Amino acid sequence: MTFSHGAMRLRSWARSSVVCAGLIAVACIGAGAAHAQSAADDALYRQFGGQPGLVTLTDDFMLRLLADPRMGPFFKDVDQKHVKEELVLQFCEVSGGPCKRDGPNMKKAHAGIDVTRTDFNALVEVLQLSMDAQGIAFGTQNRMLAKLAPMHREIVNFPP
Amino acid sequence: MNRMQRSHVLAALGLALALIAADLQAQSAPPAARPALTPGNGKLLLTGGVSSIDGAAGGGLTPWAVIGGYATEGEFGGTAFVTRATTQNYALTTWGAAVGFHDRVELSLARQEFNAGVVVPDTTLKLDIVGIKLRVAGDAVLEADTLMPQIAIGAEFKRSNPGAAVGGVLDSVAAKRGGVDLYVSATKLFLAPGILVNGTLRATEANQNGLLGFGSSDQGRYQLEPELSVVLLLRKNLALGAEYRFKPNNLAFAGSAFIEDDWKDLFIAWAPTKNVSVTAAYVDLGNIVGHTRQTGGYLSVQLAY
Repeated sequence: MTFSHGAMRLRSWARSSVVCAGLIAVACIGAGAAHAQSAADDALYRQFGGQPGLVTLTDDFMLRLLADPRMGPFFKDVDQKHVKEELVLQFCEVSGGPCKRDGPNMKKAHAGIDVTRTDFNALVEVLQLSMDAQGIAFGTQNRMLAKLAPMHREIVNFPP
Repeated sequence: MNRMQRSHVLAALGLALALIAADLQAQSAPPAARPALTPGNGKLLLTGGVSSIDGAAGGGLTPWAVIGGYATEGEFGGTAFVTRATTQNYALTTWGAAVGFHDRVELSLARQEFNAGVVVPDTTLKLDIVGIKLRVAGDAVLEADTLMPQIAIGAEFKRSNPGAAVGGVLDSVAAKRGGVDLYVSATKLFLAPGILVNGTLRATEANQNGLLGFGSSDQGRYQLEPELSVVLLLRKNLALGAEYRFKPNNLAFAGSAFIEDDWKDLFIAWAPTKNVSVTAAYVDLGNIVGHTRQTGGYLSVQLAY
């Protein structure tokens, strides 16, 4: 079975259109999933156990950060109680909980230190281990990470 | 390596070096403070993709916009892989290596050896591929509040060595020995649902990816072929995916034996650590030189350092 050149090119453009339509559909599903969560408001907050759950998570998170060879240096000299309170407020706020973090914005909060993409990713990895330890489901973890991930724009500042 | 292949490699390396230099130059830090790239593995698990059969990072069959390996901004790192795919009548072994710089530039090398002994005894079709990829925009993983994907452009410089017997057949249909695939890829991980999507548009005149040369007396021009991957993250170190790769059909005029089909696969990728990943797949390669419905298994191991 052979095709004329014209039909081949038409078939090729038709394929590309089908694939593009498919991609747009999948992108809408992805975006829809994200929007569905914000419409459900505090569902993610409740899935993390509300305030007590977030406090337990953050206590464990800080211990792991201090023990991690990559992250330890960032946290060993900070006011850990204060940082934990800020973290709980941040997790609470982004997951739709009844909190508002009033502290300096992320950029200012990290302005004094060099934070690389590797450092940011390392923190994500430690957070994943903490969430694993709290028995938080993989999908729930990803929904929280999706809220936190865009902060890399304000936190990662090195290389400049 | 002949002169054309050598000049392709030099051009690719020169381009890569120029791009890296330009990228570092564009940073606002004064020269004294501009950091050199260091070896590193800062990426999150599986976010460097796996090694495609052409050597570029992505899925098993398709190059994605991600830069291969675990090195992220400010770092460089490499990967090496070996892949074996067997269908009812054929077997393909491919191996290669890639290096990623600053999560911006990827250089790759791959060699494919395709056992065509069922068609022509003692015949192995060989294909050498030099790849270069440049991330031009976006970030596939962390831009969770926008629809913007990571976008990369790439080129695969290919040189086939079909041996004397098959070579004669390719000469008779004016299929060239060398060719270049050009592509643009857009990749995005939708972090909340844990779904990665990639779309690649490849300009190619390769016959069976280049194993049967490039172009023909019937089809002398490049065609645009789309490729789609969809991947579901099951765990942070485990992913399930599907790929569909449209292909040209340049040699069909020479007879139904030379009809070329689209390639598809279903795969599972597991990365127990950042140093090793294993990908197993079911592949459907369609008709290959007179043997239809070539389906079978695919196994790939990638080491990262």
